[in-house]
Amino acid sequence: MPIPQNITPQRGDVLLLVGTMKGAFLFRADAARAKWERGGPYFPGSAVYALAYDDRAGRQRLWAGPQSMHWGALLRTSDDFGLTWTNPEEANVKFPEGTDAALKNIWQITPGRASEPDTLYCGVEPAALFVSRDAGVTWSLTEGLWNHPQRPRWEPGGGGLCLHTILLDPTDANRIRIAVSTAGMYVTEDGGATWRPSNKGVRADFLPEKYPEFGQCVHKVVQSKQNPDRMFLQNHWGLYRSDDRGESWTDIANGVPSDFGFAMAVHPRDADAAWIVPLESDEFRCTPEGKLRVYRTRDAGASWQAMANGLPQESAFETVLRDAMAVDALDPAGVYFGTRSGKLFASADQGEHWTTVADGLPPVVAVKTAVV
Amino acid sequence: MSLTFLIPGPLRELAANRSDVRVNGAASSVSDALSLLWSAHPGLRDRVLTERGDVRQHINIFVDGESIRYAGGLGMPVRDGAEIVILPALSGG
Repeated sequence: MPIPQNITPQRGDVLLLVGTMKGAFLFRADAARAKWERGGPYFPGSAVYALAYDDRAGRQRLWAGPQSMHWGALLRTSDDFGLTWTNPEEANVKFPEGTDAALKNIWQITPGRASEPDTLYCGVEPAALFVSRDAGVTWSLTEGLWNHPQRPRWEPGGGGLCLHTILLDPTDANRIRIAVSTAGMYVTEDGGATWRPSNKGVRADFLPEKYPEFGQCVHKVVQSKQNPDRMFLQNHWGLYRSDDRGESWTDIANGVPSDFGFAMAVHPRDADAAWIVPLESDEFRCTPEGKLRVYRTRDAGASWQAMANGLPQESAFETVLRDAMAVDALDPAGVYFGTRSGKLFASADQGEHWTTVADGLPPVVAVKTAVV
Repeated sequence: MSLTFLIPGPLRELAANRSDVRVNGAASSVSDALSLLWSAHPGLRDRVLTERGDVRQHINIFVDGESIRYAGGLGMPVRDGAEIVILPALSGG
């Protein structure tokens, strides 16, 4: 097994948490974000779809959900930036008796709001939401969603039946929106006790009824921190905006080469700005014309501009998966994404210019950021 | 009765760094035998079995050289003195 390389981030550094099909990596840079130092691989051989950084209550804690093909998936943490990781004896996220379900993979780890520093959420496959109220020591299944009468009719997408997106409303502690492929979005307004589908205006081209109550293949949803009413959605087919916290959705595929894609990120301070990577068709699922282009809107989707300065524009048939794009909180915002071919790109100026951080990683499935 | 488990390298951290574990107790099946192993080293259980109690898809268990997959699964009988080997299956890419 490879010996992981370690990093020692300093205060103010930017961290990239990169999950791949064969382990996790960390990349560290100072605020200029010009030179990156690699840490890892951690959990070599395990697929790592879920990573998070928890800096609440004075922590500097990394979370990872490595999935071993042999030994299953569980949550592990590091309080020393990857030098050591916990290895809990008992799997910490597991379906309780009576559900007749077994955990396949961990897709999302979301630290709770600042007002709930010991709360974390975890989205898994088969599609379910787990919550911890004791800083991740114990986890419990969100029964209200698991027992939803529509759940037996949820269908798996290409990645499995996964709960991949968890959006905690920043101003309403009882409101959470989740997305499942392929079930669409569900929202709770009572802290998880009850859930309702919330997909108004979102298309499902693969169903006879094009605008069903649920069953859409939502690939990624993002919510503005500056204006929580503003959300963007990258659908299996379709690019959408909501101005009412996801209650209704408007098509904004204006001038993009394809409205198919997976990854999406929203600006940390500008609710009108977002980034996507359009892909060609749901069969090919690669960047159109062999050109790797990020598209950015600065007018809430009225128009999109290709941003390709520094990205390969010949024979670049790349795929960027649903969780493989992220922004940091600095000004100007940094934008990062990884490809299924193992390339990792960074922009320190909101996508105007791109540099290659790594080329030759295992297939990238997750990119997260943190400012230490 | 006495049973010996051979523990694969990746799991030895959860078995006091031992490559073999001997357990004593009553066991009429592989399932019973594994319960004795879990009592000695609880951390092994969730790595070998799913929450549903199934052997994980890419794990093989051999009793005296025979794969339980073709000999009754977890219900396969075990004899006193049996050697039970837990191995990761060939998989991956």
